Amino acid sequence: MNFVTILALIVSSTLVYSAPLILTSLGGVYSENSGIVNIGLEGIMTIGAFAAIVFNLTFASTFGSATPWLGALVGGVAGLIFSLLHAVATINFHADHVISGTVLNIMAPPLGVFLVKAIYDKGQTENITANFGYFSFPGLSSIPVIGPIFFKNTSAPAWIAIILAILMWWILYKTRFGLRLRSCGENSQAADTMGINVYGMRYAGVLISGFMGGLGGAVFAQAISGNFSVTTIVGQGFMALAAVIFGKWSPIGAMLSSLFFGFAQSLSIIGHQVPGISQIPSVYMQIAPYVITIIVLVLFLGKSVAPAADGVNYIKSK
Amino acid sequence: MIKVTTKTKNILVPLISIIAGFLVGALIMLAWSYNPIEAYSSMFSSALGNMNGIGETIREATPLILIATGFAVATKAGFFNIGLPGQAQAGWLTSIWIVLAFSNWPSYLLLPFAIIAGALAGAIVAGIAGYLRAQFGANEVITTIMLNYIVLYVCQYLMQQVMPTALRINTDTTKTISANGSLKIGWLSAMFGNSRINGGIFLAIIGLVIYWYLMKKTTTGFEIKAVGLNSFASRYAGMSAKKNIIVSMLLSGAFAGLGGVVQGLGTYQNYFTQTSSVDIGWDGLSVSLLGGGTAWGILLAAILFSILKIGGLGMQTIAGIPYEIVSIVIAAIIFFIAINYVIGLLFKTKNNRSKYYIPTRKEKAPNNSVDGPSEKIIEGSTN
Repeated sequence: MNFVTILALIVSSTLVYSAPLILTSLGGVYSENSGIVNIGLEGIMTIGAFAAIVFNLTFASTFGSATPWLGALVGGVAGLIFSLLHAVATINFHADHVISGTVLNIMAPPLGVFLVKAIYDKGQTENITANFGYFSFPGLSSIPVIGPIFFKNTSAPAWIAIILAILMWWILYKTRFGLRLRSCGENSQAADTMGINVYGMRYAGVLISGFMGGLGGAVFAQAISGNFSVTTIVGQGFMALAAVIFGKWSPIGAMLSSLFFGFAQSLSIIGHQVPGISQIPSVYMQIAPYVITIIVLVLFLGKSVAPAADGVNYIKSK
Repeated sequence: MIKVTTKTKNILVPLISIIAGFLVGALIMLAWSYNPIEAYSSMFSSALGNMNGIGETIREATPLILIATGFAVATKAGFFNIGLPGQAQAGWLTSIWIVLAFSNWPSYLLLPFAIIAGALAGAIVAGIAGYLRAQFGANEVITTIMLNYIVLYVCQYLMQQVMPTALRINTDTTKTISANGSLKIGWLSAMFGNSRINGGIFLAIIGLVIYWYLMKKTTTGFEIKAVGLNSFASRYAGMSAKKNIIVSMLLSGAFAGLGGVVQGLGTYQNYFTQTSSVDIGWDGLSVSLLGGGTAWGILLAAILFSILKIGGLGMQTIAGIPYEIVSIVIAAIIFFIAINYVIGLLFKTKNNRSKYYIPTRKEKAPNNSVDGPSEKIIEGSTN
């Protein structure tokens, strides 16, 4: 194996594992910047994965190769609807954000499995036939060296996620909507005084996180796991939550953290194919992503400060 | 609107949440044409209808009480300890390993040693997160999530590579522990129809009493609560935030570790490799949220949770309804507890000092950094 092949292998599997994390963590960033803590990302991803797999199994013959993309959108919409629960509870009903988010996490897997049992009469679905697979960018993939590493046989959802991250950074920091959203997370009362609809902005934040989380779950299910069972999403949402905090509540930061987590996860999976790494006992490779995260957090990032009004219910004065 | 006393309201609100949760489950069952009455009756009859069922329900509640208490201690100090599964797993493997390694010790030495070591293992795992938070300000949500994975893989490695082959059957399962290191009590199991109920329940109740005493009667508990409520004010009053952060995380981890110990020495009598975070960790978290972090609340919530879990198994076999409905009901109950503000609107209390959150929409102080960041002071609020 030459150097370029190894690098291409690492880059492409990093991208495959990062894509769901990037998408979900971007949603988390929006929710938290609007002032709603969303630890329910895991549950939202589960629902997204469930909806996408059911859609994919049902319509694979109708839509052909477009199925996973449509499935991802269906997953996103399902996540959005599911996140309404969190939005209503925290914004209108003054619920504790952590408790409400936990409800999403413990509600989603049994709901998904219950519906799978009700629809298919068994605990997990069949494997899907139309998955994301690998994608080569026409033109770009023929660039020497860079082409084979980054653009040949790579993950299309990951590149879309990266572009989305840049777009969502721009929206959050350079547009009026973004400023208003952030003002609700920093000081909701001041925002209200300035005539911003705090409830509306917070709904926007949570629903965006629902859509992105559903998208993330759908991408994970259709690119990595291939079916839906109770163990499809185990910990991905929590990793995305960690990426939100690790990325200091910024879309670009969350994307870079997700890429890092994806890289670390993929190393433990493809490690045995890479010379040099294959000699290291597997336990070190398995725990490396998590240990490195803690070390980086402690050494370089220091205290991470959430938006000031993150997790604080805003109750409008009459 | 019904006029009731505060005390009645504090009972009525969670009661209505529970009923509403069951109704949600019933609606879902109806939507998929299952019979909810048959479901719930088979659930309660299999969890409470015979001594074996009752014993299993108590057995299920045992680790949940301990782990929920662990979560509550950290919450009181303002920490979100999401690392309960890892801490419980560390306690589980440690206690089993010790009992297997020192199986010739007399019971009165071996059992306390294994229990304390298990609690210590949990405390160390949580303590790492506490120390990093206190010393470097590292966010405990990230560190505890990462520690869950680290514990998971390290335990796998320890089982497969480090544990002497004499102690295990294969690389995934240890041998069954000997009677002198087991929490099983013969007469107790016999009394409850040979269920897996064990001495762990006494440990759990002692743990709850200690938690209650610690929080209500000791300086340590007071400082933990003070730091959780307002770390600025407590620092001004001369309390060390760093010390309290570490102490509360150590205690939290020790309780979670004990949860793992009773699961190992009581329920399973061995350790087997886990492929994902242990479920009692997440269940304990739910119980703590359900119980509102008070000793009584945790006890009752753990029992309710266990009735649902154990009864759900019976419901699946007797009525043929998917077990998952149970978890949906649990999630729904917690949801209704979380939105108790809305349920509270149904009742008017005679005075305004309810345990539950009743915003009177009258701000007393501006929401600025002088009062501590994001501390909104609202009359009637108890947070």
